[in-house]
Amino acid sequence: MKKTVISIMGFLAVALVIGPLQAAESLSVDEIVNKANLAAYYAGNDGRAEVSMTITDAQGRTRTREFVILRRDVANGGEQKFYVYFKKPSDVRKMVFMVHKHIDRDDDRWLYLPALDLVKRIAASDNRTSFVGSNFFYEDVSGRSVDEDVHELAEVTDTSYVLKNTPKDPGSVEFSSYTVHIDKKTFLPVKAEYLDKQGRKYRQVEALEIKEIQGIPTVIKSRVKDLIAGGETVSEFSKIKYDIGLKDNIFTERYLRRPPREVRR
Amino acid sequence: MLKPCCLLQTFFIFLVIVVFSEATGTASALQDRLYDDYGVGLNGFIELRQGWRLQDDPYEKDASISEARLQLDMSKDLDWGLLKLKGDIAGDEVEEEVRGDLREFYLTFSPLEIMDAKMGRQVITWGTGDLLFINDLFPKDWRSFFIGRDDEYLKAPSDALRMSLFFDFANLDLVYGPVFNGSDYVEGSRLSYWNGLLGRTAGRDFIFHDHERNSFFTDDEFALRVSKNISGIEMALYGYHGFWKTPEGVDPAAQKLIYPKLNAFGASVRSPVFGGIGNLEIGYYDSRDDRHGDDPLIRNSEFRFLAGFEREVAQDFTGGFQYYLEWMSDYGAYRRTLGGMPAKDEYRHVLTLRLTRLLMNQNLKLSFFTYYSPSDQDAYLRPKVHYKITDHWAVEAGGNIFLGEDDYTFFGQFQDNTNVYMGLRWSF
Repeated sequence: MKKTVISIMGFLAVALVIGPLQAAESLSVDEIVNKANLAAYYAGNDGRAEVSMTITDAQGRTRTREFVILRRDVANGGEQKFYVYFKKPSDVRKMVFMVHKHIDRDDDRWLYLPALDLVKRIAASDNRTSFVGSNFFYEDVSGRSVDEDVHELAEVTDTSYVLKNTPKDPGSVEFSSYTVHIDKKTFLPVKAEYLDKQGRKYRQVEALEIKEIQGIPTVIKSRVKDLIAGGETVSEFSKIKYDIGLKDNIFTERYLRRPPREVRR
Repeated sequence: MLKPCCLLQTFFIFLVIVVFSEATGTASALQDRLYDDYGVGLNGFIELRQGWRLQDDPYEKDASISEARLQLDMSKDLDWGLLKLKGDIAGDEVEEEVRGDLREFYLTFSPLEIMDAKMGRQVITWGTGDLLFINDLFPKDWRSFFIGRDDEYLKAPSDALRMSLFFDFANLDLVYGPVFNGSDYVEGSRLSYWNGLLGRTAGRDFIFHDHERNSFFTDDEFALRVSKNISGIEMALYGYHGFWKTPEGVDPAAQKLIYPKLNAFGASVRSPVFGGIGNLEIGYYDSRDDRHGDDPLIRNSEFRFLAGFEREVAQDFTGGFQYYLEWMSDYGAYRRTLGGMPAKDEYRHVLTLRLTRLLMNQNLKLSFFTYYSPSDQDAYLRPKVHYKITDHWAVEAGGNIFLGEDDYTFFGQFQDNTNVYMGLRWSF
């Protein structure tokens, strides 16, 4: 069970969930949260996408990151495994970042450095740390547990549910609360706005483009903006495929040292 | 071999390449062409690195490093396997030469569903230590490490066949080197060191050469690892049959160092714990040419132990700590037969601290790594600042600071080599 924010993994968005609209009107908050979580993070049983991130800092300088991402769900709404294979820039080329996402404990993370043939284990205590220097957080990649926040339905518009989410442990995060707009049809989170401890809106995550992939509504372009410090990151997803039959053993040390065919081409 | 100005010459050539490429996009056009037409991936970097000693060293030059380096990294996906070639060309002002260095040249493929094989020149790493090695008995380049080359160069390549087998009960790695792959030890050419034979510090006045172990299939080595990951807890057993990787013996008649025979056995565990990553590793080094410890010219057997913990202290700020022990076997026999040479302690304790801070969208990295030995009363500090100017350009500056009470301890012997360095790299 998990997540509400729009994420890098938005491409996983799933439709399996979409019920008749009239039924949706009477959904409970928990049902909306769970459907959004599945839509945003659990599309298909597995998936592959190529990601291009453009990071623009407050001074307008840009940097790019390109990587291939593989995902496999161990259980729908539950444990997942991610494999991220970097292609650009060249100083991180062929590095691999792997995550085993758990529900009841900290995630396991590994980084493989090919020049040293080193499999490094990474402490995963803080999920709200920048992912590869972008404005996306680790938590945006693998999802924030739905159990970590109290959810309230703030508003229902013609097109979306607006949820207000307040952290149960405010000391563990940098925000005081955030609101998420969830599309009524697809249950995809399309916009999230974060308030800092002073109550200022300081961070915004948006789905810029949504497309059906194999019948599954999928975020193919998203943006995070830092509204106070300045700077933003745009992620574009291409060559998205679901249900490609990824084997579980891809997400092991064997394939850290020898990247699988699914990411090399 | 070129003349002393090789650094400037090489650098000038590299500079022309970089400027030309940046201006015309030649490098990326060439990369695309190679990939599209031949399926060959080409990457690499050009780098200039300069470092100086912070004090006079009567045995060495003032410059600790002074080189221009080009690395080319090519790979070809054969569909059934992968062919990889990576090599460096460096113009080195300190050693007054231009040299080529083949870092990787291997073929990797999967002969069986449950098996991967890698043949050729390759870098191999296993074990759990952070810049401390017990069961990783693959070659290191200590000279590169101490003069401030990129961390990549600490690991020297092995010419070997690596076979990895993946079973349900465990994974098995077997590495066979038909001829010994030794570490690049400090022999005096660019770093001064304690010379036990002379009983004093030496450097370019006494390059301590070795008797190379270079007979194929006689001087061969064999390493093995059995590993298993049980719900996030990584466990491994290790074995090694070969030779000390640094020359831990002396042939006084020839005034050369030798690589005595060595077997090693060990185990490790690594797991998330207390919100971070903890690791334990043990090993026993069986010095087969001095099993009773009574040959003063060959290092005794020893027991090694390592415990470490690393975690995020704050956002983008990581701290790590390790305790490491070398416990000499047959210490009585060692002391009895030592003669007049300065004696090592029975227990060598080492503590390490690593602090890493990322700033400015993780483009600026401040890192600090320290070894401190309370028993040897010496220390080695490695501060470093690395800044990614763009996706292609990076600069870094750092230091290698050696401190010690005595001239003959592990880090203390390098005191006169304390140096700072700067590097500029263009990656493509």
